[in-house]
Amino acid sequence: MRTIPIVLAATVAALGAVHATAQGSDPNLGRSLAATCATCHGTNGVSVGEVESLAGKPKDEIVRKMQDFKSGAKPATVMHQLAKGYSDEQIQLVAGWFAAQKAK
Amino acid sequence: MSIQRRDFLQALGAAGFGTAAMSGLPGCATMGGGAGGKVVVVGGGYGGATAAKHIRMWSDGGVDVTVVEPNPEFISCPVSNLVLGGSKQIADVTVSYDNLTKRHGVKMVKDMATAVDTDKRTVRLAGGGELPYDRLILSPAIDFMWDKVPALDNADAQAKILHAWEAGAQTVALRNQLVAMADGGVYAISIPVAPYRCPPGPYERACQVAWYFKRAKPKSKVLILDGNGDVTSKGPLFKKAWAEEYKGIVEYRPNHVLTDVDVATRTAKFDVQDSVKADVLNVVPPQRAAAIARSAGVVTANDRWCEVDFLTFESVKVKNVHILGDAIQIAMGMPKSGHMANQHAKVCAAAVVALLSGQAPNPTPVLTNTCYSFITDKDVVHVCSVHQYDKEKKTMLPVPGSGGVSSAMSEVEGRYAFNWAKNIWADMLA
Ligand code: HEC
Repeated sequence: MRTIPIVLAATVAALGAVHATAQGSDPNLGRSLAATCATCHGTNGVSVGEVESLAGKPKDEIVRKMQDFKSGAKPATVMHQLAKGYSDEQIQLVAGWFAAQKAK
Repeated sequence: MSIQRRDFLQALGAAGFGTAAMSGLPGCATMGGGAGGKVVVVGGGYGGATAAKHIRMWSDGGVDVTVVEPNPEFISCPVSNLVLGGSKQIADVTVSYDNLTKRHGVKMVKDMATAVDTDKRTVRLAGGGELPYDRLILSPAIDFMWDKVPALDNADAQAKILHAWEAGAQTVALRNQLVAMADGGVYAISIPVAPYRCPPGPYERACQVAWYFKRAKPKSKVLILDGNGDVTSKGPLFKKAWAEEYKGIVEYRPNHVLTDVDVATRTAKFDVQDSVKADVLNVVPPQRAAAIARSAGVVTANDRWCEVDFLTFESVKVKNVHILGDAIQIAMGMPKSGHMANQHAKVCAAAVVALLSGQAPNPTPVLTNTCYSFITDKDVVHVCSVHQYDKEKKTMLPVPGSGGVSSAMSEVEGRYAFNWAKNIWADMLA
């Protein structure tokens, strides 16, 4: 049986609250947004195919590329159409979440 | 400490330590708090397998998950049209369930769920026995409405006039019929009125059969008998392929609503249009949510589909029963696709883990969809969309200005389509 010190749980919960955004108070928002990318970029951003992994990529790079897909500056087969479905705030969140993952 | 672990602790802390334990959910005692409890998933397809894996991952192993699935392996409908064309084998679209158990601790029960008691919260199995649940996830896919094609309402007829709209033995049998057909023959596919599973699937299938005929049986024809008034997905792209790549092979006929067939002569009969005799007749019958959904009392729309709360995918009518995938009453612009089922599953998995630890579900879920269709063995086109939750309308809506289709078929997208298959199969099963 795993025991979790209450102090630790409370501390992490407090951190979670700091990261909560105007989107709502769900502490797993970044993770849930990233799960919408997994069908092509792999579970937790670790791709098993040709399309690039996103896990461990710098947040700024992911944000910039998503914005370039949105504006049309970066040519694409599908990402220009998908990127337009996410708000700037959601792009920040999802990029931050991928940046914090381990690149396998 | 892994990120997942940290997220889990956040959820746990924010919920108040031990909330779930105090509410008396089974399984909590072994977790020391947080998400516990028992989830039963009916169906190990794109929806069910994804939900099972993600509930285990996102509860850090705290929630006990059992999947009831009669098939020994997962066989994918997406990509299976290539088996009909002959460029892929059924083994290429088959994936083992082993990792769900080995890596994620999901319990697999190889059986059919035959009934649900939503008061006692149990699922009855064909092989005898019952499984108790705190939350039930039905990802049962579709049943065919054989009463709409009366002559096919028996096993004998169904072995001759195939649907191949569930991948596996039917796919292989249809491939064999195509191989056995003499050059100069006619393959006809009947498409039901929408909504049905996989909107572009029948048109992709016509392309794959034409791809095979073009090489192996160049005098043969592909006849598309569509119950709809026009091609329901990627119309201009498919029509271009039929006019150019498959010129003289494919013929498209809209407004052909099937009423019955003559099995012996392989003749399709329609409400208005003339009957059509084929050498290989492939009937995709009208569909509705599978029977187990009826048993659970969650079929609430037109006696066919299950309406859900899109924040949780819980039935609008029956508590603690969630429905995923092809069986649901779709929101605007939402196709019945494997990709969509995978996305339903993750919104549902996150919500179930939250609810089982006393938390509110995510108020702003997002879904994506991309359906890749193979025109040849390598050239592919896509349609894609992004759907966000609308608080006022309480539904998922496509984001204006997002989504779209390919400008033209390409080999690059062919590679991305195989990338999609690898990653989505891993997302469900690896
Ligand atoms: C349907 C499959 C699909 C989905 C879903 C998808 N992507 Fe992509 N992604 C691609 C493909 C394919 C490319 C290559 C560019 C192109 O042709 O569109 C790509 C490229 C990218 C790149 C650029 C990679 C590089 O370094 O050049 C980024 C960043 C990216 N995607 C982020 C995302 C994020 C974030 C999501 C989820 C919000 C997402 N993608 C969802 C298919 C997908």
